[in-house]
Amino acid sequence: MRIIVAGSTSVQPYAEILAEAYCDMYPEIAVDIQGGGSSAGGTAAQTGTADIGMSSRALNQQEEGLYVIEIAKDGLAIIVNPANPINNLTLEQVSAIYSQRIDNWSSLGGNNAKIHVIAREDGSGTRSAFVDLVMHNSKISPRAIVQDSNGAVRQLVADDPNAIGFISLGLVDIGERPVKALSLDGVAATHDNVVNGSYNLTRPFIFVTKSEPRGITLDFINYVLSDEGRRILLAEGLVVD
Amino acid sequence: MSKLREKTPGFIFMALALSSISALALITVFIIVNGAPIIAKVGFIDFVFGMTWAPSEGEFGIFPMILGSVLVTLGAAIIGVPVGICCSIFLAEFAPVPLRGIFRPAIQLLAGIPSVVYGFWGLLFIVPLIRDRLGGPGLSILAGAIILAIMILPTIISISEVSLIALPRHYKEGSLALGLTHWQTIRSVMMPAAKSGIVAAVILGIGRAIGETMAVIMVLGNAVAVPESILDPVRTLTTNIGIEMGYASGEHQQALFATGIVLFVIIMILNLLAQYITTRRPR
Repeated sequence: MRIIVAGSTSVQPYAEILAEAYCDMYPEIAVDIQGGGSSAGGTAAQTGTADIGMSSRALNQQEEGLYVIEIAKDGLAIIVNPANPINNLTLEQVSAIYSQRIDNWSSLGGNNAKIHVIAREDGSGTRSAFVDLVMHNSKISPRAIVQDSNGAVRQLVADDPNAIGFISLGLVDIGERPVKALSLDGVAATHDNVVNGSYNLTRPFIFVTKSEPRGITLDFINYVLSDEGRRILLAEGLVVD
Repeated sequence: MSKLREKTPGFIFMALALSSISALALITVFIIVNGAPIIAKVGFIDFVFGMTWAPSEGEFGIFPMILGSVLVTLGAAIIGVPVGICCSIFLAEFAPVPLRGIFRPAIQLLAGIPSVVYGFWGLLFIVPLIRDRLGGPGLSILAGAIILAIMILPTIISISEVSLIALPRHYKEGSLALGLTHWQTIRSVMMPAAKSGIVAAVILGIGRAIGETMAVIMVLGNAVAVPESILDPVRTLTTNIGIEMGYASGEHQQALFATGIVLFVIIMILNLLAQYITTRRPR
């Protein structure tokens, strides 16, 4: 028996850990986790290519009608190189940086250096969550460097003292070379602050199915929502209610 | 019976040959069927010359990427073509035989390195070098041009060298007999005679550069804007498809196929040009 789960690459690593734990308990069931992105996850669930679609943003119009299960919340961290003296920005400043109304760190109290803005590609769930949460009245500048994964953004910021990027909060401390998560409006980007609601750059991690789940699909989802499943997600740095 | 035995292999080979052609037809039709609707909807001019690419907001202009492809390829040609041609002259005319035995396989090896390895090396070596020495984010036209220049060297060197070696012996002998020096012979007899082969080598090298994806995706920075300097990031047509295909659906996906159509046409023109130049009868 096989459950196919496909979609958001932000949710994927967590789904893999859950699937592994689940398959340890039920060796006769195979849970197959695939990437592809949030949009692909929605499409896969709609067309039935996957039993469960993963998404890291709210559903869009094309995806209405899907059955939604929120499995966790994830913080979005604004990251800079550890050598950058800046520790705190306001949401307004982040928005100004990404629309390039501010293009030098000195106007924010940092070094006199051009800001290297790094964004994700169009269609990415992380990008659309960032746009929804931060870029209220403006757009991400087309001059922004575009990388196609959380890992690539993190790597670039770790290498470049003048770079700024956004990645999943759970991935900030994963990796050989450090990056620094900025405080927003004075609130540190920590797991605890996401839980208590003071850090509000968060997005939902959701499972979507074509119709109300049944059979082993329902069983797997119930496992994810169980105390055991929530304990795993919590231990991996996500936020569960 | 024996007649049949004679003919059967011919049919089998024809069927296999047809299958490779039909793969080309299949891919071409698939790209066009998937990409043409969005070009029709946006309008050819707005698609090719549009300055804004924001598929999630319904903006499909690929001009910055066409410009990106042209600039990066031009940069690669400026760096790679002189080096490649000089190297082929060296191999054909100057290199002592033992050295030739080392150089040729080495250049073949250069062609055998997977493009992702070039990209990874560029990201870890060229990009930081540019960032630290020249400024900017490092991910830039320059980084892409350097990587591509290395990648097109084997194409340029081997085809130019072959066209120099393939010249009739009496060209060189006659020229030397008339009292021209070795260098004068190369410059005024051999180079002009091998011109069509060398030009074809350059065009095929350029075709290779325009089509390359994996290596440049890692070092170009992929920003969809008209660059102001060679230290700015750009996106090419190929990297646009490579970087966005994972998440694309609906019109966004069609627009990526349409990007493929444009790329396909450019590469086809380059190949036809190379073919025309090589098959043209020498005067």
